[in-house]
Amino acid sequence: MPAKDKVLIANGQGFWGDSILGPIRLVNEGPLDYLTLDYLAEVTMSILQKLRSRKPEMGYATDFVRLIDRILPQIVEKDIKVIANAGGVNPHACKDAVLAVIAKHGVKGVKVAVVEGDDILDQLDDLMGQGEDLANMDTGAPLSSVRDSVTSANVYLGAFPIAEALGQGAQIVITGRGTDPGLVLAPMIHEFGWGEDELDRLAAGTVAGHIVECGAQCTGGNYTDWRKIPNMARIGYPIIEASSDGRFVVTKHDGTGGRVDISTVTHQLAYEMGDPSNYITPDVCADFTSFTLSDDGAERVAVEGVKGMLPTPTYKVSLSYHDGWKSTGQLTVSGPDALEKAKLCSDIVWERLASDGFEYAPEERLIEYVGANVCHDGIPVPGSEDPPEVVLRLGVKGPDRDKVNRFGMELVPLVTSGPPGVTGFAGGRPKATEIIGFWPALVRKDLIETRVSVFSSEG
Amino acid sequence: MPQTKLARIAWARSGDKGEGSNVGVIARSDAAYSFLKEALTEGVVRSHMKTINPGGVIRYAADNMRVLNFMLADSLGGGGSASLKTDAQGKTHGLAVLRLEMDIPQSVLDATPAD
Repeated sequence: MPAKDKVLIANGQGFWGDSILGPIRLVNEGPLDYLTLDYLAEVTMSILQKLRSRKPEMGYATDFVRLIDRILPQIVEKDIKVIANAGGVNPHACKDAVLAVIAKHGVKGVKVAVVEGDDILDQLDDLMGQGEDLANMDTGAPLSSVRDSVTSANVYLGAFPIAEALGQGAQIVITGRGTDPGLVLAPMIHEFGWGEDELDRLAAGTVAGHIVECGAQCTGGNYTDWRKIPNMARIGYPIIEASSDGRFVVTKHDGTGGRVDISTVTHQLAYEMGDPSNYITPDVCADFTSFTLSDDGAERVAVEGVKGMLPTPTYKVSLSYHDGWKSTGQLTVSGPDALEKAKLCSDIVWERLASDGFEYAPEERLIEYVGANVCHDGIPVPGSEDPPEVVLRLGVKGPDRDKVNRFGMELVPLVTSGPPGVTGFAGGRPKATEIIGFWPALVRKDLIETRVSVFSSEG
Repeated sequence: MPQTKLARIAWARSGDKGEGSNVGVIARSDAAYSFLKEALTEGVVRSHMKTINPGGVIRYAADNMRVLNFMLADSLGGGGSASLKTDAQGKTHGLAVLRLEMDIPQSVLDATPAD
């Protein structure tokens, strides 16, 4: 018999950089059993790896430690469990920082778990020696073609190791790379005792996780009919009311802004979608064409009938590698004749650079006239032919850092040696920043070992 | 028949998928979905988005959600951190598709409440 029949699971962080107000409000504004937080994007692991190489105690999402400092009293008092992929490439350092914050609050006996095994950077050569070519899923190229430039390598782990950590009594679970829906599926596995063969239920938890994984994007954020969304300033972050049979309801706390209805939820279901009939995770392959959405009262959408299929024998791996340098800079050009003058400015920059021996191929450079329909380029939009002002945005990229930096020196001179009305050069010369290439690959599951360890605060 | 914007009968959400983006077009009514399943083909979207996306377009359908999901293969100028574009994540591609002007039958308009 499952311990509970219904569990409330929220997501308070949709991505690295999302507002800290989301999770703070979730633990204050209504009932909650689990708070999940997603801090990792594809390029994040590489950035964290670089931070760790400079300082061995870094390499995780420090935002998470600041958040725990702010919500610890509430999560202890209300017994809210927290699951976050804030560990990045250094989950134990993250755990140590969290334990230090808990000790500062003087709370003893809070259990903090670490889930690891996702970081395979040090195992790459072993894995390749065992016949895993870690070929790029998009291009088919073998990893050996960029092996020397690889800066991070992480497996997307599933929900079961997190559920195991919860089973060992953890109040806070810190993971490295894992699937986003797995953060939400894990408490369902733990609370309802779902097994690996209960594919429809695992698929239901995965669909629930997908709906809430981008935070307020399912409660009225980034919604087409934006005028219909009330009080976006205090938009409610999403909550899944999960049931042991796999049926679940998407909702948010009473009195919060935003909106939960079939259309706002469907917006998020369509986000980052590929083939909807086969949504692949390490736990299950979910069929997003199988279920029904229905109104379940105000600010409630019920989802039922989700079908799942057997998972694949592989994990997805996210590798990053050094892929050259880039630089972008911008100037504002006022009217009259803003667009015509901005085009002249662009021509001048490229001609001056070429006269000094620096030529950039068309695929290595970017010219944008922001304000003259950059985002919807090629689609006729009234008013874009003669805008009152334009932001000229230029950029270059390539393998040669010095050549990329040379570009940045020819932007600001336009203020005094170009047409009139050129301004907005604050911030100085644009400088080269690293391009982090993303390399998606697959690896056999039986070659990856996951570990769960639990620690206790001493206060 | 007068030209009407796709936005009149559909919503959209878009985002990055590797070096491309996906645009989920969500019909506002069953009548709109039936019409769009016939009229909003891969070719129509590919032609409308050709400046933004020089690559191919693949369409998937999820009838249960009235969603037509379009995968634009090369719409981000390199994708990820290699892109120099303002919209390096394809966040605005959904609204770009909704600007499409179509011959929408009056019966479909009548059966689809306006925003």
